[in-house]
Amino acid sequence: MPDSTVIGLHHEDEHHPELLHHFADAQQQRDSASLGMWVFLATEVMFFGGLFCAYLVYRHWYFPDFAAASKSIDATLGATNTAVLICSSLTVVLAVWAAQTARRTLLIVSLILTMLLGMAFLGIKGIEYREKFVEHHVPGASFSFDKVQVPGHPDQYANPHHAQIFFSLYFVMTGLHALHMIIGLGIFLWLLIMAWKGRFTPEWHTPVEIGGLYWHFVDIVWIYLFPLLYLIDRHP
Amino acid sequence: MPNPIPQPAMPQPAIAPPVERENYLNAKYGVWSWLLTTDHKRIALLYLLSITFFFFIGGFFALLIRLELLTPAGDLVQADTYNKLFTMHGMVMVFFFLIPSIPAVLGNFLVPMMIGAKDLAFPRINLLSWYLYIIGGVMMLHCMLTGGVDTGWTFYAPFSTNFTNTKIVEAGLAIFVAGFSSILTGLNFVVTIHRMRAPGMTWSRLPLFIWAHYATSIIQLLGTPVVAVTIVLVAAERALHLGIFDPKLGGDPLLFQHLFWFYSHPAVYIMILPSMGVVTEIIACFSRKRIFGYSFVAFSSIAIAVFGFLVWAHHMFVAGMSVYAALVFSLLSYAVAVPSAIKVFNWTATLYKGSIHYDAPMLYAFGFLGLFTIGGLTGLFLSALGINVHVTDTYFVVAHFHYIMVGGAVMGYLGGMHFWWPKISGKLYPEGWARLAALIVFIGFNLTFFPQFLLGYMGMPRRYYDYSHMPEFQILNVLSTAGATVLGVGYLLPMVYFLWSMRYGKPAPDNPWNAAGLEWKTPSPPPTFNFDEEPVVTWEAYNYDELDSPDKGAPHKEEVPVAR
Amino acid sequence: MLNNFPLWPVQASTIARSVDALYIFLLIVTGMMTLLIFICLVYFAARFRYRPGVPAVQIDGSHALEITWSTIPFLIFMVIFAWGALVYFKERTPPADATEVYVVAKQWMWKIEHAEGQREINQLHVPVGRDVKMIMTSQDVIHSFYIPAFRIKQDVLPGRYTVEWFRATKPGTYHLFCAEYCGTQHSGMVGDIVVMEPAQYETWMNGGSTGPLSATGEKIFAELGCSTCHRTDIQGRGPNLHGVFGKPVQLEDGRTVTADENYLRECILDPGAKRLKGFQPIMPTFQGLVTEEQVNALVAYIKSIAAAKGEAAKASASAAAPPAQENAQTNALANGSQVQ
Repeated sequence: MPDSTVIGLHHEDEHHPELLHHFADAQQQRDSASLGMWVFLATEVMFFGGLFCAYLVYRHWYFPDFAAASKSIDATLGATNTAVLICSSLTVVLAVWAAQTARRTLLIVSLILTMLLGMAFLGIKGIEYREKFVEHHVPGASFSFDKVQVPGHPDQYANPHHAQIFFSLYFVMTGLHALHMIIGLGIFLWLLIMAWKGRFTPEWHTPVEIGGLYWHFVDIVWIYLFPLLYLIDRHP
Repeated sequence: MPNPIPQPAMPQPAIAPPVERENYLNAKYGVWSWLLTTDHKRIALLYLLSITFFFFIGGFFALLIRLELLTPAGDLVQADTYNKLFTMHGMVMVFFFLIPSIPAVLGNFLVPMMIGAKDLAFPRINLLSWYLYIIGGVMMLHCMLTGGVDTGWTFYAPFSTNFTNTKIVEAGLAIFVAGFSSILTGLNFVVTIHRMRAPGMTWSRLPLFIWAHYATSIIQLLGTPVVAVTIVLVAAERALHLGIFDPKLGGDPLLFQHLFWFYSHPAVYIMILPSMGVVTEIIACFSRKRIFGYSFVAFSSIAIAVFGFLVWAHHMFVAGMSVYAALVFSLLSYAVAVPSAIKVFNWTATLYKGSIHYDAPMLYAFGFLGLFTIGGLTGLFLSALGINVHVTDTYFVVAHFHYIMVGGAVMGYLGGMHFWWPKISGKLYPEGWARLAALIVFIGFNLTFFPQFLLGYMGMPRRYYDYSHMPEFQILNVLSTAGATVLGVGYLLPMVYFLWSMRYGKPAPDNPWNAAGLEWKTPSPPPTFNFDEEPVVTWEAYNYDELDSPDKGAPHKEEVPVAR
Repeated sequence: MLNNFPLWPVQASTIARSVDALYIFLLIVTGMMTLLIFICLVYFAARFRYRPGVPAVQIDGSHALEITWSTIPFLIFMVIFAWGALVYFKERTPPADATEVYVVAKQWMWKIEHAEGQREINQLHVPVGRDVKMIMTSQDVIHSFYIPAFRIKQDVLPGRYTVEWFRATKPGTYHLFCAEYCGTQHSGMVGDIVVMEPAQYETWMNGGSTGPLSATGEKIFAELGCSTCHRTDIQGRGPNLHGVFGKPVQLEDGRTVTADENYLRECILDPGAKRLKGFQPIMPTFQGLVTEEQVNALVAYIKSIAAAKGEAAKASASAAAPPAQENAQTNALANGSQVQ
């Protein structure tokens, strides 16, 4: 991960122990790390962008089938997960603030809370996946989506092929998102260890900042995924 | 050298000092000092070794392809073997040679030095890039040795997803991993160029090589993820028959082409832009001049990077797109031709009233200019919708992109290797052999690929291993194969004399060409952290007037980090 | 030119002339550009070669020059673009009264059915001077129907129709290539285009013809039971298909689309996707039950009842086609051959 470079074992020198010696000063090192993360996130936008593009094309073509397939997913679980992630963003902000203001306990608590919320997200996601598995909505040989009505058209059944495309995109997009969450958990575990050892100071806490950036980005992706996948044509 | 470049104000340190000074090559010894290095120069050499390896593998495939086409009948290899040969040739050359070639070798070596930095911003990510490249490369090799792929490097669905029974997933994964290597290199360059410039190194003082790499990095960063996710979809489709690209299940094969070319068209600019940067440096140095229209050359690189993202569907004019979409993409393709034309005109104008030397790098640069001009202008034929319908998917396209990617990119790469070899190795290569090689490459290249333009307009389709149905195409094919042999010799020569020079070459002075640029103001080979003293830049780029004038050259001497 | 060493392809269609004219224009324009650049390069390289004591003259650049050499090439490019686009429009717009040929591509052969009745494999016989329109689809992967002598090429995709057309100008036998890589025997997917004098062609067509494709289609229409719902006398449970082809039709979801070949094809294979307004979703899918050839025959049949009884059937078809838009859009396919 890009942020792993920022920290490094370094021979003791007169400057700050975390300053790598190819940088002129701490400011340059911090700016580089944060620009690096922003640039990395730009590539992530393109990564998900390709999937969003495929999603939008098929949603436009096969709207009724996508609506029917979307309705089969439990939106309550999705909404809960949205809330969980928004809360985790709050705890991330708290962690960054705690690092800036040298509140070690708060930092550790916030990091732990963030990780717990992240794991809660993955757990709920797991329940959702399990439901899909039981209902045979996982694309592949056992996929089945027979005689499912299109919302608003009680006389029309969704085309299973088109629904399968929806579920393919659903699993690829949420799956890659979940993979990003797992990587995020790894980063936060490492931040937690560092925080435990008391390595972060108000002068040097770049990893917390750019780890937080990453976490926020993963949250934002979800903010787009949730309405696109769960709320296509739902009415109260 | 018949035309020695004047070196008035640069007293060189004594050649071949009795005790070798410490440099990045001799700072540490042992395999691990290389495999675990974070020094951008050592990583550049690791890349040099690995891409040369893949270049010769890809070249070997090309040779077999040309030999098969010597006769109309499919007699040398089986149809399946031939299909795998051109597929692996394309994949190896594009993903494992051309894309990393200049950025990962010369860019890695030079970007930090040219802007006065001690290293790239993220040295360990740089090493990670190389490992990713190697992992991808090993996977690709394994894939080749255990059967290979026969889809063409373009992976068109639904052939790749539902029909072929070759190792699509493994090859796709190899490219996926190598793609991340490319992304991380781009990321490193962007951050380094933004954040690591030496005091005084403003954007308008950057060498145009840096501008070209900046533009290249933008493409790598924004394009590669899209092809990565496309490969994920192809693999998933193959494993589970999702139907995303399969028309039988409601999917759209054209969507694959859109996603694929969204990256793979800009990827052409990943290959050619760095080469343009190299050629700019060489032309300035060997005509002893500031580049004509510096800012136009700089911004045309950025313009190419931006416009390059808007023209992908010109690969699909006969694919079944709507006529109106085709119009838009044709128009935009002409728009992207303008910045390339600007570059060619500015290079030509730079020669005007110069003091031109004909050392080997300059010969390669001239070769680049000629071949790139032909390659670029034949692009105008392909962008013209009416003609595109006839010549797309024929040898006309093959000739066109080889003129750009081999005539342009590889010429630039070889020119750059010759130009900076003294800096990289600290040794001089034999000038006479180098000029001979440049000439052989130029002649061999034209002999190989010019006949293919004629073949293409005559209608010979690409990817045919057997043309016994149309034996009238044989003479041109024989010419092309003959040219390929010459070209092969031309490519082997530099490898031989570069290796020779490492042991027997004369020690290189710090600045053998009396060239401008920070990389020449440090010893050859440079020390581990590039400069003995942190450089402060007080001069404009390409200050050849000051370098060539004994009076004006002097004032800077105090500020310049002269090698000691 | 040497007999066995041609450097220019045979020119045997009306489009080939237009393409060659543009090609020659481009050769001249780019040739002049190349010459200009090469002369400058060689002249500068010789004139300004290194001479001891003659320093280089530093020139920063010139905005006037930069603007000139951006604008002039751009204007030239725009001329090429416009010319190329005109030729392309011609290539992509089949005349309304063209003779129709259905092409089914598969690994690794071309199966060709003339609407008039003949079937061939890897061969296409056509008369000189008549417009021929090919309606093409693939059974498996993407192929491309390429006739160099006519300068035309069009990818052939699975799951939809694409169209290309030509008018041959010279009798003879010409190459037919598959130009999109399609697997092992890609280079064996070649054939011949035989262009004949009209009289010869009539003789050929009448020998061994199985009757027009639409008649085959009518038979399949009855065999599959289509006619139970799609009645020809009255409005049955499905729409009456008389006069539907080429007309705009209103869909259940409010959209209006033109009932072109691709629309008919989709209705047979995926009836639910674009259901006509006012009809129940009762039609079963025929995906996997009919071959590509049978779909072609059905489409040819539905087209034939639109053309022959178009006027008489107008009244009964009005349920399907809103009366406001009556003008036939026979060129609809030319404006985009996608299903959507």
